[in-house]
This record gives sequence, C-alpha cells and structure tokens, in this order.
Amino acid sequence: MNNNASMVFSRRISRPGSGLFFQFCLLLTAVCLLNGAASAQAVSGNRFNPAISLILDGQFSAYSNRAEDFEISGFLIDDEAGPIAEGFSLDESELAISANIDDQYYGFVDVAFVQEADGETAVEMEEAYFQTLNLPSGLTLKGGKFFSSIGYHNVFHSHTWHFADAPLAYQAMLGTTFADTGVQLRWLAPLDRFLELGVEIFQGDSFPAANDNGSPGAFSVFAKTGGDVGISHSWKAGLSYLDYEARKRDGGEALADLMFAGDGEVFIADFVWKWAENGNPRSRNFIIQGEYLHLGEDGQVDFFNGVANESGPYDLDQSGFYIQGIYQFKPRWRVGLRFDRLSSSNQLPALSVVTPLSDDDRNPRRLTAMVDFSNSEFSRLRLQLAIDDSSADNDTQVLLQYVMSIGAHGAHQF
Amino acid sequence: MKKIIFKFILLPALLLAGFPAQAALRVFSCEPEWASLAEELGGDKLDIFSATHAQQDVHYIQARPSLIARLRRADLMICTGADLEIGWLPVLLRQAANPTVQPGLPGFFEASAFAKLLEVPDSVDRAQGDVHPFGNPHIQLDPRNIAKIAAALALRLQSLDPDNADFYRQRYADFDRRWQEKTKQWTERAKPLAGMGLIVYHRSWVYLVDWLSLREVGALEPKPGIPPSAGHLASILQRIESQDVALTVRSVYQSSRATEWIARRSDVPAVVLPHTVGATAGADDLFGLFDSLVDILLEHRR
Repeated sequence: MNNNASMVFSRRISRPGSGLFFQFCLLLTAVCLLNGAASAQAVSGNRFNPAISLILDGQFSAYSNRAEDFEISGFLIDDEAGPIAEGFSLDESELAISANIDDQYYGFVDVAFVQEADGETAVEMEEAYFQTLNLPSGLTLKGGKFFSSIGYHNVFHSHTWHFADAPLAYQAMLGTTFADTGVQLRWLAPLDRFLELGVEIFQGDSFPAANDNGSPGAFSVFAKTGGDVGISHSWKAGLSYLDYEARKRDGGEALADLMFAGDGEVFIADFVWKWAENGNPRSRNFIIQGEYLHLGEDGQVDFFNGVANESGPYDLDQSGFYIQGIYQFKPRWRVGLRFDRLSSSNQLPALSVVTPLSDDDRNPRRLTAMVDFSNSEFSRLRLQLAIDDSSADNDTQVLLQYVMSIGAHGAHQF
Repeated sequence: MKKIIFKFILLPALLLAGFPAQAALRVFSCEPEWASLAEELGGDKLDIFSATHAQQDVHYIQARPSLIARLRRADLMICTGADLEIGWLPVLLRQAANPTVQPGLPGFFEASAFAKLLEVPDSVDRAQGDVHPFGNPHIQLDPRNIAKIAAALALRLQSLDPDNADFYRQRYADFDRRWQEKTKQWTERAKPLAGMGLIVYHRSWVYLVDWLSLREVGALEPKPGIPPSAGHLASILQRIESQDVALTVRSVYQSSRATEWIARRSDVPAVVLPHTVGATAGADDLFGLFDSLVDILLEHRR
C-alpha cells in the first residue's frame, strides 16, 4: 500500500525530468522506505518482547546416605521426588517467558533445564499456559500445562521456596509438585474478604495420577480465603481436593514391573500467616506456614516376577503434614525451621517384591533448618541442614544453594 | 411479633435507606498520595481504598489476598507506574479477574504517564542496583507533577462517571485554584533553600531536589535497594567533611540506624521527611505533605 503510493509519487515528479532525475527519485524513495521499514521493525521487534527471566539454581550437597538409596517408609515416591544429587549439581535452570498475548489473554512459559544423575541435561516443560484477562463476573480461565492451585506450596516454583527442597508430604504424595495439562476455572467472589473457588480438569499424567487413554483422568476443586489483621498481619487458608485415576502407574525406575491400577483422592488443608513490622516486610518479617495432606487410593496391583504375574487388591491410606517458620531478622537475612511428619497404613497382597509401602509402621520425620542471605531481590545464598528420618536409615543432609535471577523482575506472590 | 418485624426487617431497611447515596466509583489506589488526590477530586462520589500506607516501602509489597479482593470490584485503579509496583501490580492484575482496570483501559490510571520522569537511564544493568528503566518513579514530591496528574485524573473521573462530570469539574477547578496558590507560597517560602545539601537514604527525593533546587550530595544506599554498608557510610562521612551538607534524610519506613550513625559522627542532623500522605503528623493530606516538607527543610536550613 505504502510502497505503491510512493512509486506513483516518484513517477509523477520524474515525468518532466531526465532519466537521471527519475533514478535519483527512485533511489531516494527506496532509501526512505528501507529506513522506515528498519525503524518500524526495531520498535515492534523490541518493544513487544515478552518479559524474560532466567533462574540459575545450583548447590553443593552432602548426605550421610547415598542419595539414590533414598526412600520414604510407607510411600512409593515418584522419580521426580527425593533429594537433589550429591556433590556439585545444577538442580533446575529455569527460563520463564511471559506477556499479554492480546487484550484477552496472558501467556506464560517456564522451561526447566534439569541436570540428571547421568550428567545429561533434560528439558522439562514446567508450565506453558494461557490465561484470560477479561472474563466477566470474576472468572479466570487457564489452559495448558500448569502447576495446580491445590494446596499452598504447590503453585510455587522451586526457586521461590523457603527451603532448598519440597516438604516431605509433597514429595511423598504429589511427586513434589502436581503439574499437569488441563484447564482451570477460578472464581473470585465480589467481596471485600478474599474468597476464591476453583475447579481443574487434568489429563492425569502427573504423579500420583497416571493415564493410559485419551480421556481426562484427574480433577480438583479448591477454595481459598484470606485477609489482613491490623496493618502488620495477613493470612491465607485453603481446602483442596484432588480426585485421580491411576491407570498403570509403575513403581518408579527401580520397580518398573510393579503396576498399580486404581482410583485415588488427595485432600489438602493449608494455612499461612505472615507478620511484617507495620506491614513493611523489608526490614523484619515472619512467616508461619503449614499444610496437611491425606491420600487414599485403592485398586489392583500387578507384579511380574520374571516368570508369572502376581496380583491382588491394594488400599493406600497415607497422610502427612509440615509446619515451618521463616524469620527475617534483619534486611537480607532469614532463618527458617521446618518439621515434616508422615504416616501411612497400606494394605497390599503378598508379593515377591519388597516395597517401602509395606514398611508402614514407621512414621517418617524430618527436621530442617536453614539460613539464607539475599544481597538483592535477585540473588539468594542458602545453607540448609536436615536430619531426615524418612527411612530406617537416618540421613543427615547439608546443602549449600544459590538461586539467582536474571532479567524481568520476579513476582511478589503471597 | 410487631416488635420483631420492626427490629429485624424495618430497622435494617430504614438504616439502609438512611445511608448516603452509594459512591459512584470504587477506586483502588496503589499509593496513599493518589488516594488523597482522588479524595480531593471526587469527595464522597468515590469509595477509595489505598493498597499501601506510608509505613510501607512500595517496592516490596506482596499481592496479599486483601488486595486481590479489593481490586476485584474496583472501577478505577490509580498507580504511580514506571515500574514502581513491578513486583506486585502485574500479579494483582492477573489474580483480581477485573477486566475494567487492565493497563491501556480507562479504568487504569498510571500517574507517571502525566509527569516528566527524571533520571531515565540510557542503559540498565542490575549491577547498578534496583534501577527503574523508565526513570525515577518517586514523582509525587514535586507539586507541579501533582497539578498535572490532578488535571488528567479529573478528566478520567469525568469520562468514567459522566453523570457526575459537573461535580468532578467543579471539584477540580476548586482544587487547582487552591493548589496553584499554595504551590506559589511553597516555592516562595522555599527560595532560601536553594543549594541546600542533602544526604538521602534511598534516591527517592530527586523530584523534591529538582523542584527546590536542592543539592543531593550522596545516598546512604550504595546502590538503589542495597542497604547501607559500613564502608559506604564511611565514604559518605568523608563527603560530609568536604561538602556542605545540612541534613540526612530518610522515609519513615527506612531504618534510622544509618542516618543516626552519620548524625553521631558529624554535625549533620538526621530527619524523617514525609514522602507521602500519612508519613508524619503534619502530612494529613497533599497540602499538609508539602507544608511539612517545606517547614522541616526551613527549620534545618543553615
């Protein structure tokens, strides 16, 4: 359009003049057009760039037990759960990209580069979703792969955790984080008191769910409320329920011949209370946070012992809680203490394989302490000590961790 | 029975009817200064909520449940912008599910869009601290900015609530007349302050410095957002010896330790200057804010 107009323009002037003048005009127009195009591209190319942030997360860790022998009595954990590799390691380097897509949608992608035990680097799609910006009546729809909003801890990426690792209950029952592909509909009540209700439908590919066909295999509902008390206190509490199908979930890498087929449900009650002097968390603040999880699952378990198939009904009844306190006693310095406890009562058929599930008379416990220093909002160094009584073999764990972020400013989520 | 009907049905109904007409617009203000400005321009036609108060550092606010709930039903959101609220405003906007206050729409009023920003960096690097790519966002400390923002906000109120447009126009005319008059007085009274040397805690006073031609000699934070270190404070002390400094200045939410450390080792007094409405006893509204700013500075002139 623009191009044609200027061609016409240059021809018109050139008519009375010589060929040279005509060529000059053409050249001039071409230069102008090129310039115009270049500057327009520079503007559109850069100004519409999404917010990009890169998280560098690594640590040095030492355990009294071998990390690959880790197990939790009474629980069969997902391969994603368990302690971080020993020695120097990169846990997850995350690349997060987000922007408004148009006036209706917001988009977010978080890709994690995970260093695996064999030294290979795996790329994991942590989250990739769109979210609506202008549905009426307080509704928000989210679609894609995302961290489920069940519980309190579940929506947070590992670099924002207050400890280097996830609560034991989340590791044991939700594979650290319940993230799956599906849709979420949230409703925020039109009240001055925060009240949010939501439902989610998932494909059901994430632990503890497992799916071997094309139809959705998990759904959840959650309710959250919260508010302020005076100017220095604020809180949030929630109840969540996750219902899932476990179709052919194996026992993890070590127990790949063990197959569970059943139905399960997870119930979560969560609570967080934050104190900040005069509502200003910058200098001093305190956070107390706790969650209770209960998992019930029953169905049929199969084990191929190399010769024949053993099978029978199983019934899992597992629960656990954690409670943690984080105190920032001066700007940039925080200390934290966390207590984890789990218990279970599992019924399994007689199998010729021994799993931690049958070791359900122990109550796994863990006590974790940490101190961290954040030079700015964008960097954090942390020392963490834990006495982990997850299995009969008591483990002492020491971690030295760094979390650094480059690029777009992180979100101050409550 | 009649008594019960009166008590439980009629009385509440009467009480409800007796209440003044409901406010026309629900306003969510990110900072107290804009809540105060909205109050000046909208009076009881507005139901105003301030997300933060003077005791808080607005850089470091979390998207608390109470803020999400309040934003949900807001008709107008007034924020400074220029990335001042970058840590929490985008989260709030995504969680509050309120289509009317999204950026770019009339329901979203970004005050910094109507002021000329100072210190827009040519390049940004976090090695310089928590710098703001759009310029220094602490724009509220120049009454000339307030005047420009008031004019824009008054127009916005008129377009969002056309039924009360005359009311807003009138309130604005009245406010602007008083504001211009007071600005003239403040500027006149503050003339002797020109050239007065200040050490600031955070570089949040540049608009005040610019307006009154003060001199910012140094900042106690070595880089924006990084707390004062012993080494840096020592270098500030040296600077005080070689340059004429009248005051060290901090906001009420900042720690007094560094400013008092300086005060003990030099003859430079430490003072809390109000940075927004509600920060000090005199700063009850925008007029009081600038009254006390000028008063306190004049008191420490030398």
